[in-house]
Amino acid sequence: MVQIKMHLLVCGGTGCRASESAILVEQFNKHLQLNGLADEVKVVTTGCFGFCEKGPIVKVIPDNTFYTQVKPEDAEEIVKEHVLKGRKVARLLYEDPETLEHISDSKHMEFYQKQVRIALRNCGFIDPENIDEYIVRDGYAALGQVLASDPKETIELLKKSGLRGRGGAGFPTGLKWEIAAGNKADQKYVVCNADEGDPGAFMDRSILEGDPNSIIEAMAICGYCIGATKGLIYIRAEYPLAIRRLEIAIRQAREYGLLGKDILGSGFDFDIQLRLGAGAFVCGEETALISSMQGSRGEPTIKPPFPAQSGYMGKPTNVNNVETYANIPPIILKGWEWFNSIGSEKSKGTKVFALAGKINNVGLIEVPMGTTLREVIFEIGGGIKDGKRFKAVQTGGPSGGCLTEQHLDTPIDYEHLTAAGSMMGSGGMIVMDEDDCMVSVAKFYLDFTVEESCGKCAPCRIGNKRLHETLEQICHGKGTLEDLDYLENLGRVIKDTALCGLGQTSPNPVLSTMQYFKDEYRAHVVDKKCPAGQCKALKRYIIDPTKCIGCTLCARNCPTDAITGDKKVPHVIDQSKCIKCGACYEKCKFGAILIR
Amino acid sequence: MKIELKDSHIRQIKDICNSFNNDPGELITILHRTQNLFGYLPEEVQRAVAHNLGISAAKVFGVVSFYSFFTMTPKGKYPISLCMGTACYVRGAENVLDEFKKELGIEVGGVTPDGKFSLDCLRCVGACGLAPVVMIGEKVYGRLSPSMVKEVLAEFK
Amino acid sequence: MDKIKLTIDNKPVEVAKGTTILQAARQVGIKIPTLCYMNLEGMGVENRPGACRICVVEVEGRRNLAPSCATDCTEGMVVRTTTPKVLNARRTVMELILSNHPKDCLVCASNGDCELQDLAATLGIREIRMVENAAFSTYRKDYSFSLKRDMDKCIICRRCESMCNDVQTVGALGAINRGFTSVVATAFEQNLSDSPCVFCGQCVAVCPTAALTRTDDTGKVFKALADPTKTVIVQTAPAVRAALGEEFGLEPGTLVTGKMAAALRRLGFDKVFDTDFAADLTIMEEGSELLGRIGGFLNGDTSIKLPIFTSCCPAWINFFEQNYPDMLDQPSSAKSPQQMFGAIAKNYFAKKSGIKREDLVVVSVMPCIAKKYELTRNEFSSDGNRDVDISISTAELASMIKMANIDFMSLPDEDFDHPLGESTGAAVIFGTTGGVMEAAVRTAYEVFTGKTLERLEFKELRGFEGIRTASVDFNGTAINICIAHQLGNARKVMDGIRKGELSFHAVEVMACPGGCIGGAGQPYHKGNASILKARSQSLYREDAAKPLRKSHENPYILKLYEEFLGQPMSELAHHLLHTHYFDKHHKI
Repeated sequence: MVQIKMHLLVCGGTGCRASESAILVEQFNKHLQLNGLADEVKVVTTGCFGFCEKGPIVKVIPDNTFYTQVKPEDAEEIVKEHVLKGRKVARLLYEDPETLEHISDSKHMEFYQKQVRIALRNCGFIDPENIDEYIVRDGYAALGQVLASDPKETIELLKKSGLRGRGGAGFPTGLKWEIAAGNKADQKYVVCNADEGDPGAFMDRSILEGDPNSIIEAMAICGYCIGATKGLIYIRAEYPLAIRRLEIAIRQAREYGLLGKDILGSGFDFDIQLRLGAGAFVCGEETALISSMQGSRGEPTIKPPFPAQSGYMGKPTNVNNVETYANIPPIILKGWEWFNSIGSEKSKGTKVFALAGKINNVGLIEVPMGTTLREVIFEIGGGIKDGKRFKAVQTGGPSGGCLTEQHLDTPIDYEHLTAAGSMMGSGGMIVMDEDDCMVSVAKFYLDFTVEESCGKCAPCRIGNKRLHETLEQICHGKGTLEDLDYLENLGRVIKDTALCGLGQTSPNPVLSTMQYFKDEYRAHVVDKKCPAGQCKALKRYIIDPTKCIGCTLCARNCPTDAITGDKKVPHVIDQSKCIKCGACYEKCKFGAILIR
Repeated sequence: MKIELKDSHIRQIKDICNSFNNDPGELITILHRTQNLFGYLPEEVQRAVAHNLGISAAKVFGVVSFYSFFTMTPKGKYPISLCMGTACYVRGAENVLDEFKKELGIEVGGVTPDGKFSLDCLRCVGACGLAPVVMIGEKVYGRLSPSMVKEVLAEFK
Repeated sequence: MDKIKLTIDNKPVEVAKGTTILQAARQVGIKIPTLCYMNLEGMGVENRPGACRICVVEVEGRRNLAPSCATDCTEGMVVRTTTPKVLNARRTVMELILSNHPKDCLVCASNGDCELQDLAATLGIREIRMVENAAFSTYRKDYSFSLKRDMDKCIICRRCESMCNDVQTVGALGAINRGFTSVVATAFEQNLSDSPCVFCGQCVAVCPTAALTRTDDTGKVFKALADPTKTVIVQTAPAVRAALGEEFGLEPGTLVTGKMAAALRRLGFDKVFDTDFAADLTIMEEGSELLGRIGGFLNGDTSIKLPIFTSCCPAWINFFEQNYPDMLDQPSSAKSPQQMFGAIAKNYFAKKSGIKREDLVVVSVMPCIAKKYELTRNEFSSDGNRDVDISISTAELASMIKMANIDFMSLPDEDFDHPLGESTGAAVIFGTTGGVMEAAVRTAYEVFTGKTLERLEFKELRGFEGIRTASVDFNGTAINICIAHQLGNARKVMDGIRKGELSFHAVEVMACPGGCIGGAGQPYHKGNASILKARSQSLYREDAAKPLRKSHENPYILKLYEEFLGQPMSELAHHLLHTHYFDKHHKI
């Protein structure tokens, strides 16, 4: 038997696959074959490493070399140089932006230094399509341990650990299980909410793509604890790779007797089915999710009854999200004290964030609760792109809010984010710089909410539409000061009256930006100016007569004939005809077009 | 647009429904399967599904029209889906979208007259590192700028 | 039973567990406004999606406002229903709803009878910011014989959806689209006439706005009345007299038979007749058919299928033809009273009075809008001339009376004209659930046994339970009867019969809650089941007060047979008074 001497871990997350990582794997295999190394070096397609900004990522084990932005044509060089001769390919190593030094081991990269990986423990380390690799890393050990004990002990352990729901609201997980366990019924269900819908959030998908077995194991544990024999994973149809990997993982778990009848000889039966979403953000809300799983429109229902009392098919149902489940096996194996020691006072453990926007290191990170925004954005995230100024960070997706410079030292946990007018949400974190107009950002989220409102209750259905229209007017310079009062009152009423959690939080992007960027709103409605220069309608293009030499180039390029003037005479822009396309600005060779 | 379902199609729909025991609770999964089969969900297909599951056509239509993944019009040969997630938005997806609209001469949700391209927006494909991102068919294009749109489309012409 | 104590607006309240804040508040005289909520208590008719958010209240310790219709009381709860926060929320939400509603109230079909309008007044809305909708509705109007849809006026309360799906199990309407564009519609937004709609009109009966309204045929009636070449006669269904008074401010359940006849005469009808006459005739035919079938069945004729189903209700017949085409030979072939009346009027009364068929206009006043559709069925015309020309609803009659400047309340009580105006108590109770069966039993019993009934009231057939069964002793032969009202209940019975789990000799079905008294042509019951019960009781009262209470004792009916028809089920009776049914499975 030939011993495998080296592993090449290639990121197979959606981001890296979009950058041809699958072809890269083929190329690796081809060149290993050509060099007679196919038996000694194994190429493994893993889940997401998190450092998406620099994808595709290739990691070489055992020397931990971390290659970034590897293209298929680089495979040959890596094989010939690194694998054969032991010489690292320096040009593909990560370059520290400050010292400009090449760093070969990810441990020494600032992006990874502050991270603590619990939910993402296996992502980027194992082949998610091979259950053996999960088992080698203690997979299913927690299930074995739980099945040999009283369910009450596990629930108690979870309660003590302080784990709270990672889907956004932060309800204590142990308590949720205890309630579901306490309700008597002939059938109960365990549901995994994998309907990750926040735009700019991809934590759950990365876990499902990188470590699907951890979810299956945790769901089985939950089933045993609450007395359910059936599990359902509600997953977005937009995640084909995650779906495929889950299907493989479920099949393998069944083959190993880790799902199905009499699991590990304990007499406990449990099996899991997949249910596909169909493109409705509201289905992330648990009652809407249940409606959808029952083949209906994804409309939320009034709580109570809670799913733990009457959920799927009217039976007690425990719904947790992906990241919550991913935390459970390690808590069981390492003990509640371990988990409880990580994090802040009321928020224990870690949280995964999808870092995106105007930030240098876009990617997926996991940090202990209580880490500050500054640490996340400037240390892990590497600061703002192109040396621009930090303006705001949006957390919690369409339900969350924008936080500003004054919040940079705020510890990230449920309480602090809520107190600041935002929320934890599922973990999207979008960074904005000085070029982003906060009114437009609020409008962007409202646009999303209007599109995704289920339409059942009047405040969300009509109210958000009106909020959006008002913001639109403001962005077009047609807003008034009264509109600001209108926004505020309407926003509060929607919060107070909407039916479901999504409707109740939908005005947050407006209310929080109004709270922290009131001046920017006032500039739009009073001065009719967009300080960030993003609102097209508020831009005014004018010609500086001292610089214009009357070359007529601008006039010839103006699509609406708004520019007039004779040759060699300074031109003028008719503001009533100008559509602010910026063509003149781009064409002028003399810098005579000014934007006001 | 009315279409006539062939017997073989009716049989295929029946088989799909049967494979889920004609359980109305599986409606969404069944619609996914039938949409895979036809590329879209015309009225006649929805009626056939309703008939097999013993539920009203109004209910099926209510579900189809609720979820953005289901469509009642055929997509273009190369469906273009522009990510409008927040990461892509703050990195200029809107300008890229405008360029696609201009180049193709269609609005979001439209299909070019030759049936070649259709244009849609979707929320976050999760490739935020590559923002702004567009998917054409199965292929993902990242770090797009308006000036690249022509070039990308040229690949399919 | 567990009792819960709480306070609402500082008033202590004690309620049973499971009581909502809304119900508890009503108990102490606090009327929290509602919009989407509807509950016909005890009749299984409920709409409680918690969608409109008008009924919100403040609950101490709760982060947001609670929808009182869908929030159960808990021990020690402190509820406030009129704080500034609550009022602001209610008014803001109402303003939102109005901002998306056409502003053509003055010419709207529901003007003056609109819950949205009333609520806007109650909440004192005087301004609508962010007005988007134009003054008039622009939605594609969907006209059918019975009802009209104008979905710009839909506020998505979902009552119609509950009626059409949960109560009636027809499945013609459902919510479509999502978010701001969501609306209640038919599949693929096809016309109602092409949908499985059975025209029961229960969607119309509960619509709080004018999104769903009755088709207005009053203009046709005025036109006919004004035409000197036409003789215009009218028939009024039993349930009309029990509800018409409500339109003039009278208590529900006030019978206005005499005033109604007087008003019709003043409107200019040449003859004021009574559908009750035709109801007696129906009993003669249907009763004979029933006895014939039961007799044959008992004698071992295996070609006879039981049970026999009543066929008076046109919505039920539509529902039957679509869902149970395998049983087409089982409903009574007797036409409905409306159509029997038409057939007799056009073929007997016209001849007798020397009026040409085409010069006689037969108008019916019905508690029902399916009747508007029924009269258009091809089998009820001869050479393109319909047996019944126009059908108007109770509410339309009220509107005509008002338009004609008739002071209804000061009218004297007048009688119907003869010969088609005489009726028995048996015919009167046709208007309420169980009434047709009770009337049939009164006649069938006497004909079958040759004995006189000692007790006319069959209490076992009365009531408001959705499905009721009874066994009547016909001289040692037990006749098993089932009565269902609301089509969802009918479906349960029918499916049971089809599967062989249920077996009866006769089944009565009425589509609407409580029977015709709860029809879509009646004044709106406003979700109050006691109104329906009061109407029903008034019909039983009228029955009890009638000198003749068995159809076969109606002297004009006997005369009709003698002069014209011969015997029940005779060839002529068959030709004029019986019909047949069609397979309409393709509509669903």
